[in-house]
Amino acid sequence: MRFSAFILILLLYLLVGTASAQGEVTADDVNAIAKQLFCPVCENEPLDQCGTKACQDWRAEIRLQLEQGATEQEIKDNFQRRYGDRVLAEPPREGINWILWLLPVALVLFGGIWFARYLRQLQAGKSDPAPVVSSASGNPTAPPPQDDYVARIEDELRDNE
Amino acid sequence: MSELPEQLELNEAESAEIKPRRKWWVYVVWAGVAALILFLGYGLLNANETRPEVGKQAPDFAMTFFDGYEWEDYQAANLSDLEGKIVVLNFWASWCGPCEDEAGVLENGWQAWRDDDVVLLGIAYSDIDSDALDFMERFGITYPNAPDLRLDASDKYRITGVPETFFIDKDGTIAYVQPGPLTTSQLNSILQEILNS
Repeated sequence: MRFSAFILILLLYLLVGTASAQGEVTADDVNAIAKQLFCPVCENEPLDQCGTKACQDWRAEIRLQLEQGATEQEIKDNFQRRYGDRVLAEPPREGINWILWLLPVALVLFGGIWFARYLRQLQAGKSDPAPVVSSASGNPTAPPPQDDYVARIEDELRDNE
Repeated sequence: MSELPEQLELNEAESAEIKPRRKWWVYVVWAGVAALILFLGYGLLNANETRPEVGKQAPDFAMTFFDGYEWEDYQAANLSDLEGKIVVLNFWASWCGPCEDEAGVLENGWQAWRDDDVVLLGIAYSDIDSDALDFMERFGITYPNAPDLRLDASDKYRITGVPETFFIDKDGTIAYVQPGPLTTSQLNSILQEILNS
């Protein structure tokens, strides 16, 4: 009899505990959203780390909205609507903000292309044959300058006319 | 003679090698760099903006009043709608300690000066609406009040903290700026001076 009562109490305790744990909003739930927001009063400090009264109020507001069943996105949208884009840790992907999102990617991409081409040019330079050494002077004989070459052809053409 | 055309072809090929054509991606990189410089320049200019000075036109902004704290019959208004009146524009917040000390001063000032074409206008800066309403109820505030939606008003006035109060004369010019809480004697003397000018 005593054992049955113990089991019953234990079951009831587990049932109530589980039910309350499911509906309870924890500090982690609040901070998961708070870290994506910035309070304008304490600039450059995420809401989950800011200790001012204003930030405490904002965290309390997040908790309240979670308790009322709002989703993470709805809460962030609410704060954005009320306080503007600056409260969002990630600038929204719209308008001039696209520069912030696309420019780093573009710079990395084109920087990579440029670097690859530079490396290829270096390799091509190494694989070029060594300049021919003239036996008479011992100096490398560089190819004749382009201008002389063109001039010579033009002279020959003129002579042939 | 028969080799001449080949030499010419070779010459053209070499010329092309000497003067490589610029690739499209070079232009894209330069456009990106230019966009970055413009963006940073715009940010720097914006960061260097200061609070509107005395004697300058008060920046206009739109507001939607808190329920029960409307101006006359207006649920929403622009500051420019109040032209012809002396506006005491007070930025405050429920989380701000000095604002609690100032609340009574402002409410008494509103009661004392409202018949002299003076409008006291509160803007709740970076505040939770329910907290702002609780604050106003707790301190018996009755003058028009609105939330600082998207922080537009505080941005335009470049406030450095709360409370901060701007006195705007009848033609919409900033007549006086008070950073920090106002006292009754300050409020009265500033308003008297504006009315006399």
